[in-house]
Amino acid sequence: MEEIQIAEMVERYLSGEMGDNELMSFEHKRKTDSIFNKAVIDHIYFIQHLEDTGKIMALKSKLKQIESNDLKNEISTFGSTSKVISIWRKNRKTIAVAASIAIVVSAACASIISFFSNGKNTHLKPLVEKMKEQDVKYKKLESQIGKLKSESIQNNTTPSPKMESKFRATGFLIDVNNNYIVTNAHVISEASNQLAVENNKGEEFFAEPVYINHETDLAVLKIQDKNFKKLPPVPYSIKKNEADLGETVFILGYPKEEIVYGEGYVSAKNGFQMDPLFYQLNTMAKEGNSGSPVINKNGELIGVISQKRDGEEGVVFAIKSSSIFDAIDEMKKIEDLKNIQLTSQQSLRKSDRINQVKKVQEYIFMIKGN
Amino acid sequence: MDYLKHDIMLLRGLSRQDSSSINAIYKDVYPSVLNMVTGFSGSAEDASDVFQEGMIILYEKSLDPDFELKSLIKTYLYAVCKRIWLKKWQRDKKTEEWVDDNSQLADNEEEWERMMQRQEELTRMESALKSLGEPCKSLIEAYYFKKMPMMEIASAFKYTNADNAKTQKYKCLMRLKKLFFQDKKG
Repeated sequence: MEEIQIAEMVERYLSGEMGDNELMSFEHKRKTDSIFNKAVIDHIYFIQHLEDTGKIMALKSKLKQIESNDLKNEISTFGSTSKVISIWRKNRKTIAVAASIAIVVSAACASIISFFSNGKNTHLKPLVEKMKEQDVKYKKLESQIGKLKSESIQNNTTPSPKMESKFRATGFLIDVNNNYIVTNAHVISEASNQLAVENNKGEEFFAEPVYINHETDLAVLKIQDKNFKKLPPVPYSIKKNEADLGETVFILGYPKEEIVYGEGYVSAKNGFQMDPLFYQLNTMAKEGNSGSPVINKNGELIGVISQKRDGEEGVVFAIKSSSIFDAIDEMKKIEDLKNIQLTSQQSLRKSDRINQVKKVQEYIFMIKGN
Repeated sequence: MDYLKHDIMLLRGLSRQDSSSINAIYKDVYPSVLNMVTGFSGSAEDASDVFQEGMIILYEKSLDPDFELKSLIKTYLYAVCKRIWLKKWQRDKKTEEWVDDNSQLADNEEEWERMMQRQEELTRMESALKSLGEPCKSLIEAYYFKKMPMMEIASAFKYTNADNAKTQKYKCLMRLKKLFFQDKKG
């Protein structure tokens, strides 16, 4: 049999595409034909090795990026397990108010640990020490086959267990090709380990911060999850110009475990202490609304909910949408991020509010992390 | 939370290549590696190479179900990096007296050799992939690294259909295999 045919067979075997009969004859041939069996094993090794190399290459490029960010010492990218070097706004008080919006859900240390150790259960290691030297290699191979198989199964169906989250906030998609989600920088600071997003159907996907700017309080996450299915173009456009005073708006976000709709209007063109990067809105926003999109009646996104005035109900501050364009311009200068593109196909202008909300909500995500 | 627990979580994050974990490890360990390497007549570039190699070893450890983190990542990774730099140093015959402190490394010489051999094989695969040329390289990467479905690959690479793309992919894979093993002999 030709090597290419064996390769094809092995990959069908690993991905679980073989039918029962084919599988039986394949296993039978492996048992009876030692040359065939060796070719199969060699190919499995080779594929494993190739995939490992891919992972190492990805790791290297991530390291390189971290290093170059470190050298440039510009905007702090990535989360905040360690001290965040970043451009804080001159007004630290504003940030303190801001941080209070991302709600902190109790997270016992033990439960985080158990979440992280979950993966280990899949690797059982009985009898290893009792095995003879030459058996060890075989055992390792078998476990590799098992790993490859379980990976390919994961690709298809198995939903992962839900993350133990320390907080909850909101974010929205702006680029369906790269799956970039915009949220607040202060939201990302809540996470010290993992980030995930959850859509309005309750499906959870892992995400990673690719851009954080504490000055504008904007961050961009990338959904890094093979289970995430690409969405059609974003239904809202992002407004370049300033919104008008008195413009009516609606917001969608996750102040609770389900998506919540709210209405309001632009009540001032500047934010807290005349901050020109923010609007003041009159609306009800609660903890968890951080990162919620603010959309006007034409379906244009004019801002991102970020802060509220402590003790003054209904006074909410939203980052002006022009800061999103600034963020995109900065991202375009970074090699790995330069593909970013706003993928919107404005389809809301002629819809009524109910239909606008229907179209938009699929693009609004709960942001979680620990 | 104690530090070791925190580091075990970081290691978990690393096993998923979570950027914030990688970043945290970098921030925590890189400065001391840089100090060590430049203190022993290496350049910043050397330090960066050594750190990268050390991170790859730590990453592979993070995937090994038998590996148990017994010291802090900082201690472990620093010791690994020091050992890597020492070996490089010896290879370049610039030998100077240097106490090799492996107390933090549970790995014995044999295990170390195995790890080094593994590094070499990974590098060999990477260079085989590089010399494969286009469109094979991207095709292989799309399928085996990014796990793109064949349908998507077909349209991205402008093949008439998924079957056609599949055939091309296998041909590329066979060429890669040849290159990889050729290199081994050579």
